[in-house]
Amino acid sequence: MMLKAEDLNVYYGPIHAVKGVSFEVREGEIVTLIGSNGAGKSTTLKTLSGLMRSRGGRIEFMDKSIASTAPHKIVELGLAHVPEGRRIFTRMTVEENLDMGAFIKKNADLEQDKERVFEQFPRLKERRKQIAGTLSGGEQQMLAMGRALMSQPKLLMLDEPSMGLAPILVEQVFDIITALHKAGTTILLVEQNAEMALSIADRAYVMETGRITLSGTGEELAASEEVQKAYLGG
Amino acid sequence: MKFLAYLVSGISLGSIYAIIALGYTMVYGIAKMLNFAHGDVIMVGGYVSFLAASNLGLPPLVSVLIAMCVCTLLGIVIEALAYRPLRSAPKLAVLITAIGVSYLLQNTALLTFGANPKAYTPVVSGTLQLFDGQLSISYISLLTVACCIVIMIALTLFTAKTRMGKAMRACSEDKGAAQLMGINVNRTISLTFAIGSALAAVAGALLCSFSPTLMPTTGSMPGIKAFTAAVFGGIGSIPGAFLGGILLGVIEALAKAYISTQLSNSIVFAVLIIILLVRPAGLLGKHTQEKV
Repeated sequence: MMLKAEDLNVYYGPIHAVKGVSFEVREGEIVTLIGSNGAGKSTTLKTLSGLMRSRGGRIEFMDKSIASTAPHKIVELGLAHVPEGRRIFTRMTVEENLDMGAFIKKNADLEQDKERVFEQFPRLKERRKQIAGTLSGGEQQMLAMGRALMSQPKLLMLDEPSMGLAPILVEQVFDIITALHKAGTTILLVEQNAEMALSIADRAYVMETGRITLSGTGEELAASEEVQKAYLGG
Repeated sequence: MKFLAYLVSGISLGSIYAIIALGYTMVYGIAKMLNFAHGDVIMVGGYVSFLAASNLGLPPLVSVLIAMCVCTLLGIVIEALAYRPLRSAPKLAVLITAIGVSYLLQNTALLTFGANPKAYTPVVSGTLQLFDGQLSISYISLLTVACCIVIMIALTLFTAKTRMGKAMRACSEDKGAAQLMGINVNRTISLTFAIGSALAAVAGALLCSFSPTLMPTTGSMPGIKAFTAAVFGGIGSIPGAFLGGILLGVIEALAKAYISTQLSNSIVFAVLIIILLVRPAGLLGKHTQEKV
C-alpha cells in the first residue's frame, strides 16, 4: 500500500471540514477524489502533506506513519503536492521555481532534472528565464506540476489542475497526467471536473460535506446514477 | 567644498543606517514582522566589541568578529524563544513582544554595564586629506561606506544565486508552498535573524566608532531611523534598504548643516511622510497583489 488514510478529522476552528475520511492509494494507481466545492477535498490533501493536521486517525505513506511528520520531511519521503491555485513563486523565474522543486535533493544534478522536466513541458524551457508571475494560467499549471516533479516523487497529489483553464488546456493537462502515470508515478487527483477525472482514474472516491459517500472504479462511478445526477449533468 | 564634506558625512552615516535597515527589511520580508529589538542588538554588538577590545585587549577586527558571533546567537535565541511561539498569533501580539524584547535587552544592559557612557575606541582612526586639506574624510567613514557596499553586494548575490538564498525568497512569498518544496521554514527564518543580527553587530561597531559613547540606549534612535530607512526604500527590498539608508543619512546631514541641528530629525521624518504619501510602498517597494 502506498498511502493509507484512516479516520481523518480536520477542523478549521469550530468548523469540522473533514469528518472521518478513510481511503487508500496503491502503487501505480491513479486515484481521484471528486466532489463539489467545499466538500473537503483540498483539506484532505493538505492534511496528507502536513500543512494541516488531523485530530486522531492515521496516515501511512510507504508503511510509515506521517500523521505528525513536518511538511518538509514528508516531501523528502516522496510525497509531492501541487496545491490548489498552483502557488508558484510568482516573483521568481521559471527556472528558479524548478530549483525550489528540487530543494530536497541537495547534491543532485539539477540540470539533468530540469532537462527531464523540460522534455515533459517544452513550453517551460522556452520561458525558463521569465518571471513566473507573467506566465499564462496554463503555463503556470505546467510550472506547478513541473516543479513538483523535480523532487521525483513516488506519489504526486494534484489539487484541481484543470481549474480556470480553457478546455483545450484541460485536455493537455490530463494528457500529461496520463503520461506521468505511464512513466511510473502514482497519482492522487482532486478534481471538480468529474467527467475528465473519472475517465482516467483507476479508482475514485466521491466526497460530500466532509465525508466519503461513494467509492469504486472510475468506470463504475462514471456509470452510477448518483454520480451522473450530481456531477456529470446526467 | 563644505557641501562635499557634508555629503560625505551623510553618505557614511547613511551607510550605517543602510546596514541596520538590511536587517529590518530581511526579517520583515521573510517573517513578516517588525523586529523592534533589532536596534538593541546593535547596542549589544557595541558592548561586546567594546569589552573584547578594552578588557581583553583584542585587535578591533577580532573584537568585531566576536561581537558578530554573539549577536548571531542572540538573534537566533530571540527568534526561537520570543517570536517562534507566536508564528500564528495576530501581528499586534508579535509587535508588542518585539517591543518587550527591546526593553529587556536595554534593561539587561543597564543592569550589567550601568548607565554611564563608555568611551568606545574607534575601530580605525585618522583622516584622509584631500584637495590640500580642504576636504578631510575620516578613515572610519571610508570603512563604513566600503562595508555597506560589500554587505549589499554579498546579500544580493546570496539571495539571487544560492540555494538557501532562493529558499528565503520562496518563504517570503509563500510559506505554505515553500514547505511543500521541502523547505524548513523555521530554519530559514532562523537564518534570516542570524544574518540580520550579525549585520547589527557590524553596525554597532561602526556606529560607536562614529560617536564614541556607548550606552544601553545607544541602539534605539539609530534603530528607529534605520527602520524608517527600510520603509522609505520599500520594506522587504534589499536595494530599497540600501537606497533608503543612504538617502536618510544624506538628508539628515544636509538638514543639520543648512537648516537646523535641532530640527534635523523632524525634517527627516517629514520627508519620509511626504514620500510615503506619494509612494505608499516606499521608493523601491512592490505593491503586493492580493491573491484571489
